[in-house]
Amino acid sequence: MVVDIAGFQVADWVALVPSLILGVTAMLLFIVDSIEPRPGTSSNTVLAGLSTLGALGAFLVAGYFLVLGVGQPRGTGAVDLFNGQLVVDGMSLFFVVIVGSVTALVTLASYDYLEGQEYQAEYYGLVIMAATGMSLMASANSLATIFVSLELSSLPSYALVAFLKKNRGSVEGGLKYLLVGALSSSVLVYGISLVYAASGSLQLNAVADALAGGSSVPVGILGVGIIMVLLGFAFKTASVPFHFWAPEAYEGAPAPVSAFLSSASKAAGFVVAFRVFLTAFPEVGGLAGGDPMVDWVTAVTVLAVVTMTVGNFAAATQEKVKRMLAYSSVGHAGYALIGLAALNAPDQGFVLGASMMHLLVYGFMNTGAFLFIALTEHWGIGRTFQDFNGLSTQAPLACAAMTVFLFSLAGLPIGGGFISKLYLLAATAQAGSWLLGAALIVNSALSLFYYSRVVKAMWIEDPSADLEVDSYPSSLYAAVVIAAFVTFALLPAFGLLSPSAFDAASVLFG
Amino acid sequence: MPVAGPIEALLAVTLVGALAVFLAPDEWAGKLATAISLVPVAVSAWMYTAFDGAGNALLGGDLAFESTIGWVQLGRYELAYHVGLDGISMPLLLLTTVLTTLALVSSWTPIDERQSQFYGLMLLMEASLIGVFSALDFFMWLVFWEAVLIPMYFLIGVWGGPRRKYAAIKFFVYTNVATLIMFVGFMALVFGLGDSISTFDMPEIAQALRAGGNLSAVAGIQPANLSLIAFTLMFAGFAVKVPVFPVHTWLPDAHVEAPTPVSVMLAGVLLKMGTYALLRFNFTMLREVAEANAAIIVAFGVLSIIYGAMLALAQQDLKRIVAYSSISSMGYVIVGLVAFTPHGFGGATFQMISHGLISGLMFMTVGVIYNETHTRMVGDISGIADRMPWAVGIFVAAAFGYMGLPFMAGFAAEYLIFQGAFASSVIPAAPLVTGVAMFGIVIVAGYLLWAMQRTLFGEYSLATDYDVSRAPVHDVAPLVVLLALVIVLGVRPGLVYQMIQDAVNPLLDTALQGGVALW
Repeated sequence: MVVDIAGFQVADWVALVPSLILGVTAMLLFIVDSIEPRPGTSSNTVLAGLSTLGALGAFLVAGYFLVLGVGQPRGTGAVDLFNGQLVVDGMSLFFVVIVGSVTALVTLASYDYLEGQEYQAEYYGLVIMAATGMSLMASANSLATIFVSLELSSLPSYALVAFLKKNRGSVEGGLKYLLVGALSSSVLVYGISLVYAASGSLQLNAVADALAGGSSVPVGILGVGIIMVLLGFAFKTASVPFHFWAPEAYEGAPAPVSAFLSSASKAAGFVVAFRVFLTAFPEVGGLAGGDPMVDWVTAVTVLAVVTMTVGNFAAATQEKVKRMLAYSSVGHAGYALIGLAALNAPDQGFVLGASMMHLLVYGFMNTGAFLFIALTEHWGIGRTFQDFNGLSTQAPLACAAMTVFLFSLAGLPIGGGFISKLYLLAATAQAGSWLLGAALIVNSALSLFYYSRVVKAMWIEDPSADLEVDSYPSSLYAAVVIAAFVTFALLPAFGLLSPSAFDAASVLFG
Repeated sequence: MPVAGPIEALLAVTLVGALAVFLAPDEWAGKLATAISLVPVAVSAWMYTAFDGAGNALLGGDLAFESTIGWVQLGRYELAYHVGLDGISMPLLLLTTVLTTLALVSSWTPIDERQSQFYGLMLLMEASLIGVFSALDFFMWLVFWEAVLIPMYFLIGVWGGPRRKYAAIKFFVYTNVATLIMFVGFMALVFGLGDSISTFDMPEIAQALRAGGNLSAVAGIQPANLSLIAFTLMFAGFAVKVPVFPVHTWLPDAHVEAPTPVSVMLAGVLLKMGTYALLRFNFTMLREVAEANAAIIVAFGVLSIIYGAMLALAQQDLKRIVAYSSISSMGYVIVGLVAFTPHGFGGATFQMISHGLISGLMFMTVGVIYNETHTRMVGDISGIADRMPWAVGIFVAAAFGYMGLPFMAGFAAEYLIFQGAFASSVIPAAPLVTGVAMFGIVIVAGYLLWAMQRTLFGEYSLATDYDVSRAPVHDVAPLVVLLALVIVLGVRPGLVYQMIQDAVNPLLDTALQGGVALW
């Protein structure tokens, strides 16, 4: 098979280059580690540099493909690989852009964060391996490849959370993550088996075709299967009911890993959910008109409302900043679920596109916020709100960046989060889903309250006597400032990216 | 169309200026910010003389200084950077630039720490306010509208009084929720218009709505109910900003805790954002709903007038007195708007300008007295007239301005509002309602005279241990300028009223022809 990319007739697997770059980088990291002269002597610079370059490469190539129109209607049209097991389209490239940029920021920041730690080669290898899995999740187009790529991203993540072997919180978080992950994976795989039983197929388009007939479909089995698949994805996106690993894991993990999991891993979970529900189950859910066979739209609506409410109310009661961010990450999963919940709107592409854009902006602002936490951990200042008191007197640039992240997360016009949250609110209004809209407004107000607690601590409160910042680690700073700049730039430059999100989303609705 | 007009110059100067001030050392940040802020004053003064707009910005009038740049594609809708001025926004823009400069000068004495951050934030706020009054694309306008909150949060939170943290977060959350509610209302309208519009351009949407019959059902809600729901949501959202009773409770906290120059901006300009938005959105776009529900709306207005004045009567803190009386004064704007008469609209808009100047003057005067006495409680001060003759003289003049003394701006504004409301065919029992609203003036006179008599005159005494002497020249100078403006607009309201009347006439079927040049 050949496809046309930038005027060249190339083999179809070329469309998968962004994922391949990540995979090859992971292999290279293991090779570098294995040929080192003595154990533990691999240069930190080489490892971090190689990982950052690989992630950046994946990000740039995916972005370039997106611009060229690869996999999109205006270009080659969706590229099917391996008999439709994988697909490269606007949606998959869009999410590889998110995963690639987050990974690059995280590996860049890890250079300073991991200073003096052991097993650095393994760390970077695991990060890039997980990123490979996430980018494959974006392309997976069959329940089998989805499960495999999901595990490819999950297994390294368990190890990464527990990377600080001598830190109790890290190990505890890793163990909880592993146990919940194992449980939810089994729920997911059982759901997949039920869907297979009802449809006789694993490839998503074939599932949709098999279910389109209607009359002979065993609705009961299918319904249980769909709900279990939904629950399986709830784990990956840190949504209710499989959200409770998130606060422990994000708090215990090294902060760059928290950033990685809460931004990239969440986005990857969402792209799989979007693809499965909109490719395989649109008619089942009544999206093509007619009564739904299995009303998963209502189920997702309930999940969205509960997830954003649980996440935000829990975040508002936290005393530790990192844990607050962890719960707020659950809340944002609830916001992003609106993309699957408000589908009663006439313009479904807009609803899903709004959700995709929110995940993109979230990738930068949330990664940035966790990397700022990494910075404070590097400085050795405490974890509670009070410990941040007066930090702006010591590190004004980093605090200004953190203020941009937090206000953008809260939906104020200082970053792209303002527009993406209003898009989501507009989507609920268009769908006439007043429950979702009201929940979004209440939660958004609450989130402004707890995000501004951090801002207040940094800028308004007086510093305690022993607060002192004595080092300004350059790569961590660079990652934080780049994330802040992109978050801010996404406000005026939102329009550069939103058309590709809306186009990619519209394709899924035929 | 030109892309870089004077409005872009204003935005650029204030934004770049803010950055420069942030990086400047504390010692001369205040002077630098004031110098920078003179540029917008000069530019907007030139814009006033070169103003060539006609008619209403939303209803097909000719815009002055218009420019448009494409920005974001939102599904089917195109969002653009679209700015321009008409006779309503031009005076408000002037008010913003002039009041910012005066507030900056009045900050020199009270602001004594983290100056570069303070003055930088003030300029950022000026930039956002300029954007609010000139943007004509809904999303663009919303960006500026919300952007005002960020500097305001810090200005209250860092430099405010003892309960500043509580006041700042209350203001922040309150107004943010209001915005989201208003946003849902407006988006419901946009979706209701369906295919008939493809942008978020406010003039286009306003004209589509006023033409009638363009609304279709959204999510099962029929057009008539849709416009009522949208009106209610938008009114609720904007009412918080105005503020209208009963959603005014953030205002006293914010005002009392804010440092004086910030109170000046808050009362002088930020409250006008609410009434400006009500005029642009509710009363222009959804005129029929507003007319049909005039009885309820005017009730909110009159309640705000009387209740705000009564609350002011009960206060001991001079700043609280002025803060609550702002609620009362903004109630007049609501009454003027809902009258749906030429003088009602014109007077309400003129009241925004006049109250901006007079309340700014009152807050500044209270601030100057506080700088010397370090107290604002009525019972703590007595007989300072001999020691601070200039400040006290201006305080008296400002108070009479507030009471609506002829030949001061407040008189013209309130007279026009009452005339407009009296003649209203929309407000039920208009003469009676107007009479009740006028009673508010009596209460204003009562509490201001009482407060002045106790604090300014009589035998000298002071509960705090400070030596009261004449205020420095740079404290008094902004007061003199403001008082001069109040008197000029009182003697010659036509200077701004003519362009206002020209811009509000299209809102009504029977425009007022000629003969509106007051004095």
